[in-house]
Amino acid sequence: MTTAIVPEASAVPLRYSAPIGGVAGTSFKPEHLQAILSTGRQCGFFEVHAENYMGAGGPPHRALEAIRRDHPLSLHGVCMSIGGPQPLDKAHLARFRGLVARYQPALVSEHLAWSTHETSFFNDLLPLPYTEATLARVCDHIDQVQDAIRRPLLLENPSTYVAFRESSMSETDFIRAIAERTGCGLLLDINNVFVSATNHGFSALEYLAEFPLAHVGEIHLAGHAEQADDEGDLLLIDSHDGPVADAVWKLFEIVIRRRGGVPTLIEWDSKIPDWPVLQAEAAAAQAILDRCNQTATAGDRHAT
Amino acid sequence: MPPEQDLSFAAAFTPGLLDPTRAAPAIVAGPNGKAAGKRYAVYRNNVTVSLIDALAAIYPAVQRITGPDFFRAMARFHIRSSPPTSPLLFEYGREFADFITRYEYAQTMPWLADVARIERAWLDAYHAQDAAPLSAAALAAFASERLADLVFIAHPALRIVRSSFSAVTIFAANRDDAPVGRIDASTPEDALITRPEFDVMVRRLPPGGAVFAERLASGEPLRGAAASALDACPDFDLASNITGLIEAGAFTSLALGDA
Repeated sequence: MTTAIVPEASAVPLRYSAPIGGVAGTSFKPEHLQAILSTGRQCGFFEVHAENYMGAGGPPHRALEAIRRDHPLSLHGVCMSIGGPQPLDKAHLARFRGLVARYQPALVSEHLAWSTHETSFFNDLLPLPYTEATLARVCDHIDQVQDAIRRPLLLENPSTYVAFRESSMSETDFIRAIAERTGCGLLLDINNVFVSATNHGFSALEYLAEFPLAHVGEIHLAGHAEQADDEGDLLLIDSHDGPVADAVWKLFEIVIRRRGGVPTLIEWDSKIPDWPVLQAEAAAAQAILDRCNQTATAGDRHAT
Repeated sequence: MPPEQDLSFAAAFTPGLLDPTRAAPAIVAGPNGKAAGKRYAVYRNNVTVSLIDALAAIYPAVQRITGPDFFRAMARFHIRSSPPTSPLLFEYGREFADFITRYEYAQTMPWLADVARIERAWLDAYHAQDAAPLSAAALAAFASERLADLVFIAHPALRIVRSSFSAVTIFAANRDDAPVGRIDASTPEDALITRPEFDVMVRRLPPGGAVFAERLASGEPLRGAAASALDACPDFDLASNITGLIEAGAFTSLALGDA
């Protein structure tokens, strides 16, 4: 079977859709399609994993077209393997470009991670060392993606469980250098910051203070699970299978006060709840965005 | 420093992902020199569980037949010996049916691999390119003396799976949660898988129907395809087979082949 997207996709012009500003959105899960369509047009946006829509046709595209008709879309790539040492998969990049052309998403993002080595695809977001060599390779890969889609990509900070002995710079320095060298934007996953901070024993607040917030074009919020490491210490797992933790909500509010409103996604990928539960999480994020927006507006008036 | 040396982390990180007997790679650590065993095992677990889940999503009837414990043990062997080579997981598992045929503990279920083949074909049909199916009226537009030379263009979703067992009946009985009665597994059944619009259909082909549909789908004109079907099965009924295939959405259009 071929895996082509629509055959004409390479001829479809790449166009931006309108910026969406400080609104909250959710992952789109096919099991919620009827509930979403019966509610009608809503404020907010939906995010999908690009790879789930890389088939040639069938029900997935019908569902995504129905969603896209009334809502802005965020296209979130999971498998580009941007952080890996080997060259990007050209066929995969062409499929990704085809989806950007077909659905004209408001946001396009990928991960600072890798998932393919040689011919094997591992279906996980694997970590990389932060060195001059990996920095150069990641920047080359982002150049290629941005050339293909003709727009800035938003790159997501990872959640990690191990560190590399060879790393010579901090994650925030590494990410800042990527953004400065490639012009890409950043997707700040605040749950990932919280998970990594716990797992590696650093301060999430300090990480956020060093993170180049001016480049952030989207925020992710998600739930995590708890395990233990070899020493019996808490190890957080980026599981996306539950509500956003209180500590992550607090960090979110701090970031929004500092950065201003940006599109914010509630990510929920397994043990998927009924649509109203997901909707309520998005409403909670929207309330924080609105509150910070009002404060900022009041501040502006006061200043003039 | 040569760049390949600087970028060797992936080659060091991956071998243990599908091999639980390997220790965590020496290039990684926890904070302050802490051990990385359980930490690295998170990645191994993510890879293993997500790939087993991917097979379970592609093969729900196989899993229902074997039960989840049997299925996940069998799938774990398979993902370790044949990890995916494409980032598109809906393409994964093409070698799973052959693996089941060889799998020691599945030998008492000789029809299980054919059920898997139908499920793999089902997913191919689900993701296939959209195309309008051929209407019965299109066939009627051709003069009867030219029918024998007609070539039937296969719909992108069309798949045929042949089985020496009652694979279609077993598949159909296990794709949902309804109770399954006793099934005589010994009747050979051939599956026709189509997706005329958005719903995948799996039907049992009549005698000779699989040969006929395969020949037509390969581009052979009607005359030759019908002759092959009659060769394979003297009871082959041409009219009902053509009607059945068109009704199921097996084709998109007609062309006149070389007479």
